[in-house]
Amino acid sequence: MIVERRWRIGLRVVALGWFLLLLLAPVGLVFYRTFEHGVGAVIDSITTPAAVSAFWLTIEVTAIAVPLNAIVGVLMALALARGRFRGKALLNGLLDLPFAISPVVIGLSLVLLYGRTGWFGPWLADHGIQIIFSVPGIVLATIFVSLPFVAREVTPVLREIGDEQEQAAATLGAGGWTTFRRITFPAIRWGLAYGIVLSVARAIGEFGAVSVVSGRVAGETMTLTLLVQQRFENFDLAGAYAASTLLAVIALLTLLVMTRINPRREEHDS
Amino acid sequence: MITVRDVTKHFGTFAALDGISLEVPDGSLTALLGPSGSGKSTLLRVIAGLEGPDSGSVEINGQDATGVPPQRRGIGFVFQHYAAFKHMTVRDNVAFGLTVRKLPKGQVKGKVDELLGIVGLSGYQDRYPNQLSGGQRQRMALARALAVEPRVLLLDEPFGALDAKVRTELREWLRVLHERVPVTTILVTHDQEEAMSVADRIVVMNEGHIEQVGHPRELYDAPANQFVMGFLGPVSRLGERFVRPHDISVDSVPVDGGVQALVTRVVHLGFEVRAELRIDGEESVSVQLTRDDAHRLDLAPGEIVWLRPPRDERVLDVA
Repeated sequence: MIVERRWRIGLRVVALGWFLLLLLAPVGLVFYRTFEHGVGAVIDSITTPAAVSAFWLTIEVTAIAVPLNAIVGVLMALALARGRFRGKALLNGLLDLPFAISPVVIGLSLVLLYGRTGWFGPWLADHGIQIIFSVPGIVLATIFVSLPFVAREVTPVLREIGDEQEQAAATLGAGGWTTFRRITFPAIRWGLAYGIVLSVARAIGEFGAVSVVSGRVAGETMTLTLLVQQRFENFDLAGAYAASTLLAVIALLTLLVMTRINPRREEHDS
Repeated sequence: MITVRDVTKHFGTFAALDGISLEVPDGSLTALLGPSGSGKSTLLRVIAGLEGPDSGSVEINGQDATGVPPQRRGIGFVFQHYAAFKHMTVRDNVAFGLTVRKLPKGQVKGKVDELLGIVGLSGYQDRYPNQLSGGQRQRMALARALAVEPRVLLLDEPFGALDAKVRTELREWLRVLHERVPVTTILVTHDQEEAMSVADRIVVMNEGHIEQVGHPRELYDAPANQFVMGFLGPVSRLGERFVRPHDISVDSVPVDGGVQALVTRVVHLGFEVRAELRIDGEESVSVQLTRDDAHRLDLAPGEIVWLRPPRDERVLDVA
């Protein structure tokens, strides 16, 4: 598109201003408010037992949900890119469900299924298994909301590389697992890594679905995002800012990993 | 020997293979020749086990291979677009089938070096496929397929993605390679010149069935039908017969069995001369002559000549 010089500059100013106003300013303000009263106060605030517990719970949930989603995501991507079966278009559409449905609704649906009065509730209670208001519920909610990322990143890569290399491996005697390990995986690894980073970011930051199923038991089912919300509601603004900053730092670290992956991915594709 | 019996294969409602039966003798270099959509690639993929037939059977060396997966058919397959393992070096590409079979490292290295020598890629061991030209990639793919010592080598339009000059070179090279490593080979191509120059047997396919099988010369000189005749070379219609344009004799004086014709156009193409003629002012015939013959006849638009078809079997009556 050919645009006059002053228009071009004008458009850039608008885009950059929008970005500053809506993204950088709020996040920057959180950082500013956090360190307003010195670093010591921040460290005290994020090393309380509640904060430490929330941090580790967030890490734990992410560490369970993301690897599971990575495996399922690759299998779904293989099914979508390579499979020939009825209902493929349906599966493809359903895969976006976690993006389309509000996280709160996802949380509620889990309560309806596993809650005390839910479908599986009585059976689970009889066997002494608690899912809702407990860590398994948080893990399920996190898996649900971060499910599509890996499949959505890997499917187009699989489509683009095609299946000739896999067929060539088969004619050379390689079985399914060997072909995946030596041919398919090396080709999709950067797409997979990118999907995993997005899943991690989403899993750490998830609030809506988790808040419905968590029950917010301090020291047990309180994740970092829930801790931020709780401190905010209790007028502990400094504490809320400190926890937010901790979340933001984790998110920035994941973003940093992402920026390192993307150039390699492009280099690999060429 | 490969035996294909009554193989059919549908994609949806489209019959890619419509009851194919074929025998490929040991050590031969057979070309499956036909236009796109004729089923030649599908037949090759059925023989490889990359597609399963709807019905019929495939035998390799007397053993039924119909339900055997490609891994255990003892085949080597070369794809039109190379299917090079992009993230592996040339060495690792060629060694792939050997490492899958868990051969000792020293043996693998020796075999890879030997094969790279055969395909003329010695010294390229540590390159990646994207550092090779198309012709080099395809030679690497051939070395990779030959490394596992296949009983059958299957080539799916192997030179189709290469430019004309490299294509001609690789054809010659394949012919020599086949004499050196005489493994039963099936080559799929839509290029009749490629089939004629490389293969010792040609299977002409059309719309999912086989039109004719034979030696290249046999097919050219005695085509079974108009399709085979037209696919293998140019055809002119002279009266009620189809003939090759170069089989028509041209005389400047009336001859027995000759038809009078008016020259409308003469095109000089180096060693050969093509002429367009009209019979009875309407029917158009094209004729191919040598440069010397054209010169002797003083062929020019407006001249009257007499055309005569050949007397042998090189004609096909119009059905």
